[in-house]
Amino acid sequence: MGDILSNYDILGAFWMTIKLSVLGTVGALVLGTVLAVMRVSPVTTLRAIGTSYVNVFRNTPLTLLMVASILGMTYILGMSLSDDQQTNIFRWAVIVLSVYHAAFICEAVRSGFNTVPVGQAEAARSIGLSFGQSLTQVILPQAVRGSIAPVGSTIIALIKNSTVASVIGVSDAAGMMATIVENETGTFGVFLIFAVGFVILTLPLGMAFTAMSRRLAVRR
Amino acid sequence: MGEPLVVMKDVNKHFGDLHVLRDINLEVASGEVVIVIGPSGSGKSTLCRTINRLETFESGSITIDGDPLPLEGKSLARLRADVGMVFQSFNLFAHKTILENVTLGPIKVRKEKKADAERHAMELLERVGVALQADKYPAQLSGGQQQRVAIARSLAMRPKVMLFDEPTSALDPEMINEVLDVMVQLAKEGMTMVVVTHEMGFARKAANRVVFMADGQIVEQAPPSDFFTNPQSDRAKDFLGKILTH
Ligand SMILES: Nc1ncnc2c1ncn2[C@@H]1O[C@H](COP(=O)(O)OP(=O)(O)OP(=O)(O)O)[C@@H](O)[C@H]1O
Ligand SMILES: [Mg+2]
Repeated sequence: MGDILSNYDILGAFWMTIKLSVLGTVGALVLGTVLAVMRVSPVTTLRAIGTSYVNVFRNTPLTLLMVASILGMTYILGMSLSDDQQTNIFRWAVIVLSVYHAAFICEAVRSGFNTVPVGQAEAARSIGLSFGQSLTQVILPQAVRGSIAPVGSTIIALIKNSTVASVIGVSDAAGMMATIVENETGTFGVFLIFAVGFVILTLPLGMAFTAMSRRLAVRR
Repeated sequence: MGEPLVVMKDVNKHFGDLHVLRDINLEVASGEVVIVIGPSGSGKSTLCRTINRLETFESGSITIDGDPLPLEGKSLARLRADVGMVFQSFNLFAHKTILENVTLGPIKVRKEKKADAERHAMELLERVGVALQADKYPAQLSGGQQQRVAIARSLAMRPKVMLFDEPTSALDPEMINEVLDVMVQLAKEGMTMVVVTHEMGFARKAANRVVFMADGQIVEQAPPSDFFTNPQSDRAKDFLGKILTH
């Protein structure tokens, strides 16, 4: 057991998981919010694009997207994001995590939009705010506060789903675990180490989101 | 009184098959206070809301201070800034403090400096009697206080005309007067107002004219004293009979 801890860079692997998760989360939040705005916009084509996006990516297995990014995009279409192979894989993994989870963030934020009464938008327009100003000053801030809890669940799912990146060769926690299990005997404890590692990453986050959604809740 | 501030000409509007506004012709002079009353579903709210284009309409025209209502975008927003609106359900911005509610429009739309906007906002909050609540959030205030803040929020834009859609009907009875008092004061100071309300006391005290609507039409209009004591149409007689008995 002690050998395993000293022979393998488990912390480094978790650090990779953290990097994947943080960058993936940022991407998913930005893209997901844009998609949510599209889905509630008065423009029919934008709404249609948003809806199709969600339907496609929510219903495609993440593993498939992950593999398609490397096999399809890099090998077949030649779209490489870096000359360094490891960097290229990492970047694709971040993009796939963002793109996939954006669909879920979109739905979470959209449920937040539904917590905002129409009267808020009418009041915003009636004091002369433009469409964009109404959105950024009045609707979005309330929608975001109303969606903290479901967004939190999505981010926790993203952290756990980031393990799928190991199938295309990102050396994250899951990749490391597979390597150790393959090379060592008596590895039951290894599962425990990694399970505890993920709990350490996600449990405080879950608690923070619950606390935040309580504290920032819009009282009506 | 000079040129009419609000002019509605042959305005028609449908909700699907329902003809909610039928050939509405209405002029409101600068400084005039017009009360709109009528049975539920007669189109009072819709009339009010078409004036700042929260509702669209199909035919006819509406002008504010000589300018026709623009269809979309920036010029519509600019026009709305000149037309205050007070809702039955207050609609204060729930995530902003009372002070921020009042300064948002002046800062974002009128491009006032924050300090100037805040000074003006505090004056207005003082005037409507809720200055002490400036740093609280809407949910912490009573309905009457929220509605007075909503009036201050509209006033902060220095509107040419203010629309009120049943401003007191969501309030507990003991809070109605604190809101009406503010409105009477506004009327006295010469604000042009279109008010949908069934508060006869307010109509008698502050209104220049009562407009009676039924089934999407303006059936009758007259000064309050004439209208309440001597209505002309059967619909109005019938309606007054119903509301004046209790
Ligand atoms: N958004 C809408 N879609 C469809 N029908 C509507 C809509 N808004 C109002 N209506 C209908 O239009 C008619 C007029 O409504 P409006 O709200 O203007 O009446 P009102 O005179 O304000 O009534 P109340 O005294 O009950 O407030 C009603 O029959 C109402 O059901
Ligand atoms: Mg109404």
